[in-house]
Parts: sequence; structure tokens; C-alpha cells
Amino acid sequence: MGVGIRTHELRKIYTSAPPMTAAGSAAVFAARGRKKKQKFEIKALDGVSLEIHAGEIFGLLGPNGAGKSTTVGVLTTRVEPTSGTAWIGEYDVWRDQVAAKKLIGVVQQRPNLDFSLTAREILTFHAAYFGIPARERAQKAIEMLERFQLTDRANDVVRGFSGGMMQRVSIARAMMHDPQVLFLDEPSTGLDPQTRLLLWEIIREYNRAGKTILLTTHNMDEADSLCNRIAIVDRGKVIALGTPTELKATVPGGYLVRVRFSAGLDGLAPTLRNLPGVREVKVEGQSADIYADRGGPLVGPIAASASAAGLDLCDVHISEPSLENLFLHHTGRSLRQ
Amino acid sequence: MNWTTFAAMLRRDAHVARRNAPMLIVQTMLQPILFVFVFGQVMIRSGLMAPQYKAMLLPGIIAISMLMTGVQAVSMPLIMEFQFTREIEDRLLAPIRIEWVAVEKIVAGMLQAIVSGLIVFPAAWAVLGTNVSISFDRLGVFIATLLLVALLSAAGGLTLGVSVGQTQIGLVFSLIIAPMIMFGCAYYPWAALKTFPFVQYAVLINPLVYASEGLRGTLAPQVPHMPTAIVVAVLAALDAALIFAGLNRFFKKAVS
Repeated sequence: MGVGIRTHELRKIYTSAPPMTAAGSAAVFAARGRKKKQKFEIKALDGVSLEIHAGEIFGLLGPNGAGKSTTVGVLTTRVEPTSGTAWIGEYDVWRDQVAAKKLIGVVQQRPNLDFSLTAREILTFHAAYFGIPARERAQKAIEMLERFQLTDRANDVVRGFSGGMMQRVSIARAMMHDPQVLFLDEPSTGLDPQTRLLLWEIIREYNRAGKTILLTTHNMDEADSLCNRIAIVDRGKVIALGTPTELKATVPGGYLVRVRFSAGLDGLAPTLRNLPGVREVKVEGQSADIYADRGGPLVGPIAASASAAGLDLCDVHISEPSLENLFLHHTGRSLRQ
Repeated sequence: MNWTTFAAMLRRDAHVARRNAPMLIVQTMLQPILFVFVFGQVMIRSGLMAPQYKAMLLPGIIAISMLMTGVQAVSMPLIMEFQFTREIEDRLLAPIRIEWVAVEKIVAGMLQAIVSGLIVFPAAWAVLGTNVSISFDRLGVFIATLLLVALLSAAGGLTLGVSVGQTQIGLVFSLIIAPMIMFGCAYYPWAALKTFPFVQYAVLINPLVYASEGLRGTLAPQVPHMPTAIVVAVLAALDAALIFAGLNRFFKKAVS
């Protein structure tokens, strides 16, 4: 008996500067009529419909400013959608805020800890807000501090903590009231590799207890290894959705060979398309993205056809089947851009 | 309404206030006590001021202390909590309607303002020494006025805290709060301004005027003061307006 998440045609347009967490790269300054003053408008979400099953680890993958945090914001009552609806289980997030808030735990992108309190107090007061009795919350805090390796700093005010420590306190806090749905917005940002693995383990374990987890990330490995299903988000829209395996299978061939030549290669494209194993070629100026079912063995033939056309091969990059390739395939941009 | 959550948030504020108590008390006490010493002792003993001034001064000092404490207790943490770090978010995500987070801030601020008034009152009285003609005959009205003043300070703190940023707060205190104190009829009765007709009517927009005159009317009725009924009505109206404005802006600031 878990709790699922549903959104229908979520739209969010900011007409004033959004808070830092939701600041998008998709800012659009639209001049209205002849008015000299420009109207500030950011389309952060452009019709996002998702159905996340109970007990699932679901990933929102996309570059900065894609709308991941805004989606999480709407689902956690922090951002009011311009239109559309969002449900946590059977509760409409914007009609039954309190009921929805009882079901969720949230880890924001930036640590938003209560700086006036110690690590232990942050956990116990959080539990108190959720009505957990005193003895129970004290005990739970001890377990959580131990779990997240914070016991030796438990009674220090968190102001002096490192970024990674604050992140651990945030995650422990979100899990204090044992929420049915856990939101993790870029959870592993600022964590060292070891702590990241610890976090992944904790997420998996929490999920095994039947909890639903929605995480956002721009880290492919994280999405690939943790998530049951992934939605790829770009410019406020879901552009692909499925299991990591399904999604990777939608990239033609799987391998991506990015090449750059000494000059424009308009005439060369048909030749490249006819090379054995090549599924798709996208040309842009002197560069081409070649999707194929093999990587390395293709470089020789590409170089040969280039020199036959009087071009030099300047740069070659081969990537194996990955979500990164998938993102590139759909948007023409790298996730890291 | 989720009272468990509300009570837990109050406990959190009480906990933080207790931790900072020594500093807070010094901060609350120092200025009023110094002022009381200079004007209530030095000036009177040297004959530069009449002894009746003591009873006039005490209610004003309480009004200033309460108002400043409430405004600062609510606005300063709010400004911090809504900054870049968004510290307030764990309370916004607590299972309670967002408006109640703001109401809790008001209640916490009121309590601190009342505590401040109750600390400064005996201390200032003690510094003033003998011959302070204060009466508690109108205790009921005094308590009502005290609560309205406490609410005024906390609701004002809320409105201020969600309206200005960290960068402007210093400016607000020196450009608005400082003149407010000087023109707040705390150090002199409103009636004393009758020789400056323009000023006398201009200061009516200053909430501190009603706090000072209200407390004066209940504690030292022999000193000229505004009619208590009018003062209470204006305080209630100001409280309602500030609560409305504060909650509204709080909501806008809390949800993007």
C-alpha cells in the first residue's frame, strides 16, 4: 500500500524573478506591443503530465533550468502552478495541502536547514511538527544521526557544517517522519563518492519498504543505477519516458560518434549514412553526430570517406549507449551544457 | 487546524529565544534603562525637569521596549529565514496551513514583547526611584492595551519582515524606526505637540503614538493623554490591518 504521484498538464510561468531553486536557463524576455518596458516571463513548465506509481523510484533527468525543481516545487506545495493539477496519492496538492504535506518528505536542492538549531534539534523539531511523540522522536533522531554518520556532530549548530554534512542532515530530516513519498532534488550534489554510495543504498532500502521516491538529477549514472523509470525533461516538457533500458534502446544504434571536420560537410552526409552500422546522421556545420550500432570500428571508414571528399577529420568522440546520448538525440544538446 | 504542529513551532521559537536570552535581555534593557537614568534621575535631580516627568516617562519607555522587541523578534529572524538559505522551509512543509506559520510568528513575537515589557517595567521603575505616580486602578484596560500593543509590535514585525530584504533593513531602522521613536510621544505626551500643529497631526500615522498614549492613559491617568477608548479602537484597527497585510505578503513570499 504505497502512495503514487500524478500531475496533469502542469504549467508554470514566472512573471517575476523565480526563487534561486527554480531559476531556469529557459528565460524568455517577451516584448509586449510597443511598450518600452519589457515583460519578464519565464516558462518553467510547459504542460508536464506524469504518472508515478506507488513504490517506484522515479527520476527526472534534465539539464539545469529544465523544470525539474519547479515540478518538485509544485508537488511539494512550494510553487503554485499557473495551470494544471498535481496529486499526491488521492490528494490534490493545491486543494488538500495539509493532507498532502503529511505524506511527503522533501530534500531541496540547496540545504535549507534551520540554522538556529543543532543537527539533533533539527531532526527532533521536524518530527515534532509531524506530531511524533517526544520519546519516539528522540530515539529516531539517534538512529538517523548514526545512519548518516553525524553522531559526533549531533549537538553542534549546523551553521558551521560542510556542504556534504548539511546535505546529510537534510536527507535525514526528510526521512524523520517516515513519509510515504520522498522527494530528492539533486540529492547527491556536493557529496563525496563514498557518501553518494551510502545515500544510494539508503534510497534503495527506503524504497524496499514500499515508499515512492521521486528524485531529480543531471547525473546519468545516478538515474541509470537508481531509477525504475525516468522522465527526461527539457525546457519544461517531458521529452522521453521509460525504464533506463527502454530509453537507451530508443537511441538509434546506441553508440554515438561525434566528429568534426576541417570544413563544412554537406556533401559527405549521404556517404556517412551509407556506412555499415550507421543508423542516423545529424549534421551541423563542420560537425556531425553519427548514431550507429558500433563505435570504434567506424572511425576508419569515416576518416576514409572524409579524405575521399577532401576533408580532414579534426576531432572524434565516441560514447557508448547511455542516457546522455539519449538526451543529445532528443535535444541536440548535452546534459552538461 | 493542527494544534500539535502549531505548538511544536512555538516550542521551537521559545527554544531559540531561550538560547539567546542573555543577549536579548541586555539588548532589550540597556537603552531604556540608560534613558530612564538620564531623564528620570540626572535631569530631575539637577532640577532641569519637573519630578512629575517620571510618571509621564515610564509608560512611554514600556511602549518603546515592547514595540521594538516585538518588531525585531519577528522581523529579523523572518528576513534571515526567507533569505537565500530559505531556513523557513521546514516549517512551510510542516503539516499545517501556511498562514498558520505566520500566525505562529505573531504569537511568538507577542509573547516576547510582553516578556520585554514585564522586564523593563520593574527595572525602569526601580531606576526612577521614589515619587513615581503610577496607578493600577484600571488594570483590565491596562492588560487589554498591553495585549494590543504586543500584537501591534508582532504584526508590524511580520509585515516588515516579509516586505524588506536583508540589505534594506539597516536603512529601515535608521530612516523609519528612529523617527518613529522620536515622534512616538513616548518621551512626551501627545498634547505637548499642540504648539506644532502640523507635527501634532502628522504623528497620528505613527503606531507608537497610540501605544504610548494608551499605556499612559491606563498607568498615569493624571498626565494629559488621548481618550483611552479612541486609543484602543485605533490600536485594534492597526492590528487588524497589519495582520491582514502581513499574512498576505507572507503567503506571497512563501509560495512562488
